[in-house]
Amino acid sequence: MGKKLLIHNDRVPGIHTLDVYRAHGGYASVEKALKSMTPDQVTEEVKKSGLRGRGGAGFPTGMKWSFLAKPEGVPRYLVCNADESEPGTFKDRYLMEKIPHALIEGMITSSYALGANQSYIYIRGEYFYVARILETAIAEAYAAGWLGKNILGTNYSLELSVQVGGGAYICGEETALLESLEGKRGNPRIKPPFPAVAGLWGCPTVVNNVETIAAVCPIVMMGGEEYAKIGVGKSTGTKLISASGHINKPGVYEIELGLPVEEFIYSEEYCGGIRNGKKMKAVVAGGSSVPILPTELILKTAKGEPRLMTYESLADGGFQTGTMLGSGGFIVMDEDTSIVKNLFTFTRFYHHESCGQCSPCREGTGWMEKILKKILDGKGTLADVDLLWDIQSKIEGKTICPLGEAAAWPVAAALRHFKHEFEAYVKNPSSIKDVKHYYRLNNLVEA
Amino acid sequence: MGSQVHGTQEFNKAKRAEIKFSDAAMETVKTIISRYPQGKQKSALLPVLHVAQAEFGGWLSAEVMDYVAEVLNIKPIEVFEVASFYTMFNLKPVGKCTLEVCQTSSCWLNGAEDIVRYIEKKLNIKVGETTKDGMFTLKVAECLGSCGTAPMMQCGASFHENLTLEKVDALLEKYRSEGRLRSYTDLDYQNTL
Ligand SMILES: Cc1cc2nc3c(=O)[nH]c(=O)nc-3n(C[C@H](O)[C@H](O)[C@H](O)COP(=O)(O)O)c2cc1C
Ligand code: FES
Repeated sequence: MGKKLLIHNDRVPGIHTLDVYRAHGGYASVEKALKSMTPDQVTEEVKKSGLRGRGGAGFPTGMKWSFLAKPEGVPRYLVCNADESEPGTFKDRYLMEKIPHALIEGMITSSYALGANQSYIYIRGEYFYVARILETAIAEAYAAGWLGKNILGTNYSLELSVQVGGGAYICGEETALLESLEGKRGNPRIKPPFPAVAGLWGCPTVVNNVETIAAVCPIVMMGGEEYAKIGVGKSTGTKLISASGHINKPGVYEIELGLPVEEFIYSEEYCGGIRNGKKMKAVVAGGSSVPILPTELILKTAKGEPRLMTYESLADGGFQTGTMLGSGGFIVMDEDTSIVKNLFTFTRFYHHESCGQCSPCREGTGWMEKILKKILDGKGTLADVDLLWDIQSKIEGKTICPLGEAAAWPVAAALRHFKHEFEAYVKNPSSIKDVKHYYRLNNLVEA
Repeated sequence: MGSQVHGTQEFNKAKRAEIKFSDAAMETVKTIISRYPQGKQKSALLPVLHVAQAEFGGWLSAEVMDYVAEVLNIKPIEVFEVASFYTMFNLKPVGKCTLEVCQTSSCWLNGAEDIVRYIEKKLNIKVGETTKDGMFTLKVAECLGSCGTAPMMQCGASFHENLTLEKVDALLEKYRSEGRLRSYTDLDYQNTL
C-alpha cells in the first residue's frame, strides 16, 4: 500500500463536517504554522518539499510563492483554481466533495504563508453542489474561529469565499480565471506581467490548484524534507489520479509518485485491469491535452525501461515516444476503441472551448473538428490526413495561452502513433461502420 | 419614427418594472457582493447571473440582464458580454428541465451516444430542442468531471452518473411528475439518482 496524505480519510463517516475532520487531526497545520512558524518558514518548507503544481503544468510551488511581489500597502491574494475542466480529470471534485475542510485548511495555511488576508476559491459553475458543500464547511470554519479576524488569537486574519464560474474550460487558465473572477469574459491575458506581480484587480496574486493547496497541510505537518522522501527524484510526494475509461475500477486514486504505470493499470489496488477481459490499446495519461500513447509506449519507454508515474518518466522520449503527467486524468482505451473517434471528441471539445481571441486556435480547432467529422463520415481523403497534421502544427506556439497547444498535441500524437487508423478509414470507409461505440449500454434497441 | 422608438423604450421600461429579485434572492445577491472589496462589485456578476437565471424562469432576457446591470451598477453591455460568453447562461427560453449529457471522451467510451439517442427518441426531440409541453430541453455538454462514473448527465445542480437506460426512464418520470423548474442553484442537489 502506498502512502496517502490527502484522501486517506475519505471513507470516514462525517469527514465532511468540522468536528469529525478535527477529530482526525484536521487543522493541525494551521495551528502549527500560525503559532510556531513565520510565513517565510512555511514557504521554505514548501520549497524543500519539492511540491509541484498539481493543476497540470507541474511548476514548483515554493518557487512560485517566492516570486510573489510584496509592495507595501497593496493587498495580496491567493486564488484556488477549482475550475477542473480538463477532460478525464475529476480529482479536485472528489477531494472537495468528500473532505472540503482539507482544502479550507490548506487555504488558511497557504494564505498565511503568502500574507493574503482575502482568498477565493474559483470553482466551475457546473460543480454548484460542490460549491454548496464548501460554503457549508467555510461557515463551520468561521463559527469555530478558523477563519475571520485574529485566527487562534494571533494577529493573522483571513476572509475566504467561493466564486462559481459560468461554464468555460478556458477559465482554468490562470489569467482567464482572474478575468472571470473580476466579472468578465474568460479571455486569457498576455503575460508578462504574471499574476505574481499583477493578478486579481492588478494586485500580486498566487493561483494554485486544489490539490496543490491541500498538499501544503501534510508538508507543514511532516516537514518539507520528509515529504520530499516520498516519490522519485523531482517527482516528490503523492498525486491524485483520476482513472476512467475501459478499466474495471474507475475512480480517484492517491498514489506515491514513482508507481509503475503497469502496476497502476493492472493491480487490484488501483484500476484492476481492462474491462471485459479485453486488451489495452492506448492511454491518455494526464488529461485530454497530453499526447496519447499506444500500449507498448505507455508501459515501457522507448529505451525499454518500465514507465513510472512521475513527471520525468512519463515525459521520457519527448513527444516522439513520451507524454506528460499533466493533471493526472488517466483515460484507458481497450482494443475496440476508435482512436479517430476519440480524437474527434477531444477536438470538438477544444473547438467549443476556445475563447476566440487568437485566430490560429479559434479557426484551427474548428477546421480540425470538421476534417475529423468528414473522415468519420467516410468522406475523407489522404490529403485531409496531411492537412490535419499541417493545421495542428500551425496552432502550437502561436496563441496567447496554452489552449492552442492543448488542442494541437492530441491531434499530433494520434497521427504520430495511429496514422494507419486514419488512413484505413479514408481508404476503406466501410470499416468505419465497425467502429464500436457502445460498451455498457448493450440493451439499446436500435430504431 | 421618433415616437416609435420612444414607444419601444416605454414598453421596455414597463416590462422591466416587473423584474425584481424576491427579498430572499436580494439577500443572496447582497451576500455575494459583500465578498469583494468596495468598488469591485462587478466581480459578483457571474454568481448573480446564476441567481437571476434561477429567479426569472431559467434564462436571461435582455430585460433581466439590464436589471442585473442596474443592481450591480455596471453597464448593460458588460452583462451581455459575460452572459454570452459562458455556456451555463441561456439567452433563450429553455424547458423546465435541461438535460445535459456529457459527450466527451470518457463518457463517449462508455456509451454517451446511446444515452443521447435514447432520450431523443423517448422525448421525440433532437439535441438543442425543447419538448412541446416545455418540460425538457436536451443538450450535449463537454466533460463535467464525472469521467469515472460515465456516462453521465447533469440536470440543474444534480449529477446523474453511471447512467443506464432504466435510470434515464426513472429520472424523466420523476422530473415530469414534479414538474418544476430545475436550476443550477437548486439546493436539493443529488449526485446520483
Ligand atoms: C486551457 C487551460 C486550462 C487549465 N485548466 C486548469 C484547471 O482546470 N485547473 C487547474 O488547476 N489548472 C488549470 N490550468 C493551469 C493553470 O493555468 C495554472 O497553471 C494552475 O492553476 C497553477 O496551479 P498549480 O501550480 O498549483 O498547478 C489550465 C491551463 C490552461 C492553459
Ligand atoms: S468525459 Fe464525461 S464527465 Fe468527463
